[in-house]
Amino acid sequence: MTRRLAVQIELSHYLLLSAVLFAIGVLGVLTRKNLIVILMSVELMLNAVNLTFIAIAKFTGDLNGQLMVFFVLCVAAAEVAVGLAILISLWRQRGTMDIDSANLMKW
Amino acid sequence: METVLFTVLSLAAILSALLVITSPSPIASALYLVVTMFSLAGFYVLLSAPFVAVTQIIVYAGAVIVLMLFVIMLLNLKPIQEQIPAVWKFAGIAVAGLLLLTIFLSIMSMAVGIPAHAELPGGYGTVSEIGVLLFSKYVYAFEVVSVLLLLAVIGAVALIRKPDDAEAGRAD
Repeated sequence: MTRRLAVQIELSHYLLLSAVLFAIGVLGVLTRKNLIVILMSVELMLNAVNLTFIAIAKFTGDLNGQLMVFFVLCVAAAEVAVGLAILISLWRQRGTMDIDSANLMKW
Repeated sequence: METVLFTVLSLAAILSALLVITSPSPIASALYLVVTMFSLAGFYVLLSAPFVAVTQIIVYAGAVIVLMLFVIMLLNLKPIQEQIPAVWKFAGIAVAGLLLLTIFLSIMSMAVGIPAHAELPGGYGTVSEIGVLLFSKYVYAFEVVSVLLLLAVIGAVALIRKPDDAEAGRAD
């Protein structure tokens, strides 16, 4: 690779990438009706934030950002467990995965 | 080398993330999510966080996605009829696009304050460094998180218990 082609990867590249991933997650939550896909989109957003933490930790030389990612991972795992449990009980009640069927508290 | 890896990994991450939210079958979505998780783990290795990368693969590809696939397959979920009015779809795309634009502009405007490569201290990102920090500075947060995980387990079990289980237990 010639010197001219070698673009230095900077922090802003990582931040832009995680912004794109976060926006894709938001798009999934807003445009899908399948509950399990919405849950996956939330995971996508959490992971975009994790990438931001790790990138900033690296570029400032501060290890605390990596520790924060472990806590985000734990919260994400708890969220998936409870989310899937809610999804299963909705499935039992309504027999569908459509988010519109979860309208018990709607007025 | 870093540039090439970054380009390949980011293309893989963005493409698979788009496929996660567009594929009609939830199983396909879950499998594309695995690809996204693996490419993010690749980024973590690039960003000198090897332990986080391994944890990412174990927790996400190994536990979260498997749990989701179990639920999809055990409930025998078929792709549902998703008829969303075009107006809503455009509204969703507009909101996500505006959000992206906002974040882009704020990143661009703070470009002056972005630090260049910092000198990494020795042992940065290794298991021992992270472990020392986890059990000294973050020990209270660590304990709280373990309680949170316990609560999630109890909550999940309580939520998926069939409603008539309680009455059956009382009758005994």
